[in-house]
Amino acid sequence: MTDLTSLTLAEARKGLAAKTFTSLELTDAHLSAIEAARVLNAFVMETPDKARAMAREADSKIAKGDAGPLAGIPLGIKDLFATRGVRTTACSKILGNFVPTYESTVTSQLWRDGAVMLGKLNNDEFAMGSSNETSCFGPVGNPWRRDGSNTTLVPGGSSGGSASAVAALLCMGATATDTGGSIRQPAAFTATVGIKPTYGRCSRWGIVAFASSLDQAGPIARSVRDAAMLLRSMAGHDPKDTTSVDIPVPDYETAIGRSVKGMKIGIPREYRLDGMPAEIEKLWQAGADWLRSAGAELVEVSLPHTKYALPAYYIVAPAEASSNLARYDGVRYGLREPAKNIIELYENTRAEGFGAEVKRRVMIGTYVLSAGYYDAYYLRAQKVRTLIKKDFEDCFAQGVDAILTPATPSAAFGIGEKGGADPVEMYLNDIFTVTVNMAGLPGIAVPAGKDAQGLPLGLQLIGRPFDEETLFSLGEVIEQAAGRFTPARWW
Amino acid sequence: MSVDAATVRRIAHLARIAVSEDDVPHLQGELNAMLAFVEQLSEVNVVGVEPMTSVTPMQMKKRQDVVNDGEIADDIVANAPATEGHFFLVPKVVE
Repeated sequence: MTDLTSLTLAEARKGLAAKTFTSLELTDAHLSAIEAARVLNAFVMETPDKARAMAREADSKIAKGDAGPLAGIPLGIKDLFATRGVRTTACSKILGNFVPTYESTVTSQLWRDGAVMLGKLNNDEFAMGSSNETSCFGPVGNPWRRDGSNTTLVPGGSSGGSASAVAALLCMGATATDTGGSIRQPAAFTATVGIKPTYGRCSRWGIVAFASSLDQAGPIARSVRDAAMLLRSMAGHDPKDTTSVDIPVPDYETAIGRSVKGMKIGIPREYRLDGMPAEIEKLWQAGADWLRSAGAELVEVSLPHTKYALPAYYIVAPAEASSNLARYDGVRYGLREPAKNIIELYENTRAEGFGAEVKRRVMIGTYVLSAGYYDAYYLRAQKVRTLIKKDFEDCFAQGVDAILTPATPSAAFGIGEKGGADPVEMYLNDIFTVTVNMAGLPGIAVPAGKDAQGLPLGLQLIGRPFDEETLFSLGEVIEQAAGRFTPARWW
Repeated sequence: MSVDAATVRRIAHLARIAVSEDDVPHLQGELNAMLAFVEQLSEVNVVGVEPMTSVTPMQMKKRQDVVNDGEIADDIVANAPATEGHFFLVPKVVE
């Protein structure tokens, strides 16, 4: 029998339906792979007993012929999703040993459809980071290394554990979240597929909140088709999240292989940065050529406020984070540091429980919302956000179906290489992805090639609101042309 | 705009994060790096632009004003660091 961990989700579904193997066998193969890959630090909690119990249940449902669309498929869950009875920490010391008494809507829909949980995945603390180095459980290793080098690289972030685990074949797919690029940047760094759907497509209920007007859940997967299958289960209206949208969820898989002939693809001139590596420029051109060969029409477009997206994000996101993270006070759950009075209890608990990056963002958020600064910073940033969104609306109004950009300005870098002295150096990782969150649009990152050092690079497609289907159709064209990439095993 | 050491201490207190004197200089440097980075927004013309209040243009759904959950006090205190019955315990607030 072939190694069960090397299958795509779509192939595994066929094998399970044909009874070539059982979910228990598939799950055990992945549990062994996880055990052998602990050096990557992708999982912060393994749940083998729960996984086997869920696999047995899936097997019995498959035998009875009433299997859900993801029956028996083993997945990893980012530690930002509340899982009933299973420790959920957002990879922050301040949540300590928090064990939810409820399940997030997104994960509950995956279990409804028969998926199996392998464990919880590492991420940047409260999803604040672009390298998975801010986690209280330590950094995650990227399964990819530079040719001929033993240096461990970051998998990107904040969904670094999700991307690393999917790329290293430890799980068939993973949940992730994206506030400024946290699905698409790690997907690009690990040659996996990641989609951030339109704001409102997935319920945020039960996901640890970072910046509520920007956060969206989405999958990281081994192929475009796998991502489509996972998103179909994750998406959908939820009365418990008032920003979740009540429109039907399409069967995204039917978009795979659909013709892209006649589609108009925008190439935004503002994404051509000074000093961008030639390899990324070349890859972007290759992506445009592949889409043109498939019958799409390429047009140059302008998104004039692009350069202001990242600075506006670093006002809006910390402001929302400072409000959301006010709940960690040492009273109702999580860590508590002893103190003489209640104010000291808050201050000591938060000083001890939050890491450096989280403290920085909570403080900047507090500052931009404080009396006398609100108009100059927060209000202005929200106005700039309106302009960023209008750039995209103008572009789509000209008949553009989707926009093609690089996913990241560089390939993966080494642990400890970036952001040590100046936090802004790390923030620049999200320069191509953050505009999409600011405008609430869907964006997909698809592996497209490698750089001269053998590291994966990705392309991003940005779509109209709630038109994830077009992104899957176009993403499939890129995947077919570029092929799929698997790292050489060194762990 | 930039922040001085006193402002760093004031923000830390507003954010309810204890900051030691040793932390103030590097926090000041990092916050000022972020503020310098966002400074470029001041060159954008925002006259007459509405601030964004909703990412997707939609009517927010409202729930029926009825009790649809509750009686889960055990669940609510399950993760609390200090409780007595169904109460959270904190240091004395009122003398």
